[in-house]
Amino acid sequence: MAITPDSSFFEWVIYITRTYWPLFMRGAQVTLIISLTGTIIGFCIGMIIGVIRTIPIDQNTNPIFRFIYKIINIILLIYIEVFRGTPMIVQAMVVFYGVAMVYGIHLSTLFAGIFIVSINTGAYMAEIVRGGILSIDKGQFEAAHSIGMTHAQTMLNIILPQAVRNILPATSNEFVINIKDTSVLNVIGVTELFFMSKSAAGNNFRYFEVFLVTCTIYFIMTFTVTRILRYLEIRLEGPSVYTIHGSQSVPEAQIRIVDREKR
Amino acid sequence: MEKIVEINHLQKIFGRNEVLKDINFSVSKGEVVCIIGASGSGKSTLLRCINLLEYPTAGEILYHGQNILEHKMTTAVYRAKMGMVFQQFNLFNNLNVLQNCMVGQEKVLKRSKAEARKTALEYLELVGMSQFINAKPNQISGGQKQRVAIARALSMEPEALLFDEPTSALDPELVGEVLKVMKALAQSGLTMLVVTHEMAFARDVSHRVVFMDDGVIVEDDKPEVIFNNPRNERTRTFLKRILEK
Repeated sequence: MAITPDSSFFEWVIYITRTYWPLFMRGAQVTLIISLTGTIIGFCIGMIIGVIRTIPIDQNTNPIFRFIYKIINIILLIYIEVFRGTPMIVQAMVVFYGVAMVYGIHLSTLFAGIFIVSINTGAYMAEIVRGGILSIDKGQFEAAHSIGMTHAQTMLNIILPQAVRNILPATSNEFVINIKDTSVLNVIGVTELFFMSKSAAGNNFRYFEVFLVTCTIYFIMTFTVTRILRYLEIRLEGPSVYTIHGSQSVPEAQIRIVDREKR
Repeated sequence: MEKIVEINHLQKIFGRNEVLKDINFSVSKGEVVCIIGASGSGKSTLLRCINLLEYPTAGEILYHGQNILEHKMTTAVYRAKMGMVFQQFNLFNNLNVLQNCMVGQEKVLKRSKAEARKTALEYLELVGMSQFINAKPNQISGGQKQRVAIARALSMEPEALLFDEPTSALDPELVGEVLKVMKALAQSGLTMLVVTHEMAFARDVSHRVVFMDDGVIVEDDKPEVIFNNPRNERTRTFLKRILEK
């Protein structure tokens, strides 16, 4: 079937999908790589900062430590505010061209993309993690302290497992946002899905048809990711039944009891 | 008798509010002491100061004669010796019943998993919760939670157990099961310090009753004296109000 400028809309969509399929797939792959790595690294950055920012400091703390802590906290606050307060598209330009100018290093676009998405996500995740930690009931800290756990032990064994569970919805939100927002990285020439679509569209002067296909691919990616993360969330909640060990008459009996607070 | 904890001139100020004023008080080994008093009289704050969940503004807390507010012993080590049972249970929500009783032993006392499990099961048996080792805290009732909380504290094998209104958050029909466990513990010779509104428990089980009002210890005597002929007018008024209910 030959394609002509007079071909119908559907013929164009089919033609573009067939012809540019490898291009779309390469773009989608780059988009996924950048958003996935960026979200994971961002999550780790957020975790570290969130934990640091919730270290309890009071009048009994060593003054030198208090001073160092205050300075670290100010630096972290600046980082969070700057990266939350400026558009990622601008950050991409500043970092990519800034590094090239100041250090004379020409970053690979893929590396630059991952770097920018990571530190951007890190700034958001830092506040999400902090919120997650603050949302845990004070009684959990007190109970852990009362059996002699240090702050670090309390965090690792009691607070963070609960906080991570609580911030999972917000984290999947960040992931979805990242899949979509990597499209701005086309300004520094990252060959992600939007960049690839633009070249496909430019070749044929068929913007609507091409971007309709692009749109569908983005949606499939985000939808799959949200479903997977939702499944993970349910898994993390643990079993909704528990077994009772033994009974008066039959010691080996195991009675399964359905969670009273779940439907 | 050997004093486990001795408190001298303890003061605690929250902002402008002086919650504890010059408290002098001690607990000896094997003693069961109940602290009674109206809400806001400073009972819970005193208990929380003894466990260092609140840091006293002034005064000293002697643990076997050593002032714990003056360094030497780290707070965490001291706290492990003083078990605490909370009004709101505060079981670790991410862990099941058995893990709740094991985590402290493994992380703080550095016991092996098998050893921790054995000790945990022993105390869970004691409070009648060994059947529920797989349950998560949100799957059991308030009374059951509190019994697990007691087992968790006991698993650390503390020198004394502090109870902060252990039955106040429970439905009336669940209070009995917790008090029964506490009575059994008292009879076994465990050192206990109980902040409570359960007057019958204070009268029947404790060796000493401390009445607090407005941040001071008004009376500290045998339960017979406190309940039958209190010396202080304030004690009399409080008990009259409570027992009339």
